[in-house]
Amino acid sequence: MSRPFLLILFLLLTPLSLLAGVAFGSVDLSLGEVMCALAGKEAGLATDIVWQLRLPRVASAFACGGLLALAGALLQALLRNPLADPYVLGISGGSAVAALAAMLFGLAAAAVNLAALGGALAAVGLVFALGFGRGGNMVRLLLTGVVLSAGFSALISLLLTLAPGAQVRGMLFWLMGDLSQAQAPGLAWGVLLVALALAWWQANSLDILGLGELKARSLGVAVRPLQFGIYFTASAATAAVVVEAGAIGFVGLIVPHFVRLLGVSGHRRLLPLAVLAGGSFLTLADTLARTAIAPQQLPVGVLTALLGVPLLLFLLTRRT
Amino acid sequence: MLRVQGLNLSVPGKVLCRDLNITIKPGECWGILGRNGSGKTTLLHALSGLRVPDAGLVTWDGKPLPDYPRRELARHIGVLPQDEGHEFWGTALEYVLLGRYPHSRGFGITDGDEEAALAALQQVGMADMAQRTLITLSGGERQRVRIAMLLAQAPQHYCLDEPLQHLDLGHQAEALRLLQRLAAEEGKAVLMVLHETLWAGRYCDHILMLYDEGRVLAGSAAELMTLKNLEELYQCGLREIETEVGSYFLPA
Repeated sequence: MSRPFLLILFLLLTPLSLLAGVAFGSVDLSLGEVMCALAGKEAGLATDIVWQLRLPRVASAFACGGLLALAGALLQALLRNPLADPYVLGISGGSAVAALAAMLFGLAAAAVNLAALGGALAAVGLVFALGFGRGGNMVRLLLTGVVLSAGFSALISLLLTLAPGAQVRGMLFWLMGDLSQAQAPGLAWGVLLVALALAWWQANSLDILGLGELKARSLGVAVRPLQFGIYFTASAATAAVVVEAGAIGFVGLIVPHFVRLLGVSGHRRLLPLAVLAGGSFLTLADTLARTAIAPQQLPVGVLTALLGVPLLLFLLTRRT
Repeated sequence: MLRVQGLNLSVPGKVLCRDLNITIKPGECWGILGRNGSGKTTLLHALSGLRVPDAGLVTWDGKPLPDYPRRELARHIGVLPQDEGHEFWGTALEYVLLGRYPHSRGFGITDGDEEAALAALQQVGMADMAQRTLITLSGGERQRVRIAMLLAQAPQHYCLDEPLQHLDLGHQAEALRLLQRLAAEEGKAVLMVLHETLWAGRYCDHILMLYDEGRVLAGSAAELMTLKNLEELYQCGLREIETEVGSYFLPA
């Protein structure tokens, strides 16, 4: 696909998705009302809905989508594996175990978020120590993450079994990823901007890492420090999402591939475009999750998969 | 100029190289020969700064390799490792451009980089495939693009691990002639792992033979490429067939 067309596509997609997120919701507001509210012309129900409910939610969704796409692209480069996604190294598993345990003990939402963060950090540290430790390599890192994820899955099943029926629904929402509890887009945006800047700064090195460690070292890339940097940047991005919205699946796996299938290869262009595409995609999916069977909300993780699977399959079959 | 003093190399349970002393000068073309597992690749890595030797010193222009900043060393010594596979979705040209990394300042690709990359593709006869997606190329075409990346890197000293991998007979000869020209006309030094004794005898002026127990024979190709040395090296009976372009060594 030609460069100008791509640029136009992404420049249109981002504001349109944000506008859709603000314009649609369980309360019907006309576009005029939304615009008035955005301009802050008059106080009223529409203004409250737009500023208090929809804008923070849209901001959260966009930041989380961008973070997931960024983390996915980074881990695919680090592990040199197209199947890598933000959760492949066990971050979501560790986070989920801690968050579900907190829910089981009936802790408040803030405490659940704190537990999610603690679990994510514990998983990051554990995988790092075991995978990167003496003589570590990327295959061991990947296997360590996959094995720990399997262990976490077992613990998650155990917690779901032990939990009283009334709590299970909330737990499932958390596991599938859900933005209805998202309150603090500021943190996610901060992490997104810092992580994207760091990754973009190393974009050339990321391209070269794809050639293999030996070749990368022979070209003058400091491979080990780069791998540490990618690991912790991707982990911070994933942890920020998991704390904000739970384990939203699929965005981190498919969005980088979606952008690549449009013909973008180098990380200098791939990373920012993946962030825009991931943010737009999750914003649209979340808008649908809020409105499809309003006033009921669907977990957005279900929609990301339901929308993403056919889209990626279509692109895969078209490109040879 | 690459200088090796008192180099010892081993892997667990096996000594690969004991007290090696050689100097590889600009314009020279060295071949490394040896049986599978004799340590050819390990030696190549040690001589290009990718591996720390057990003992001894490898210097480039008098300075030990580890004392160089990585990117600066990459402007002096370039390596074509054995194919590690790659995660690369771009075109052949974009791939070759990655070889310019040691020369880049800050961001971005300059016109000079693009010219160098295109010239490198031209040299391996892949210029008309510059815009092809790398993964759509055949194994041999990809190998030529990998060689082009090394040319775009433009080091003073070329280290190549089995550069003829996947190449057909005609392209094998072409690749070796290209490397020979780099040495003879541009004063580059070339060091490569080879399995083909015919090519080694014809295109290398110096040979390193890796025997068991860390014994290494180093010297001029004319002196070392003898039936006796090669029979002992490959532990296999050979026949020598002399032709006007060099000697064939065939299993007896």
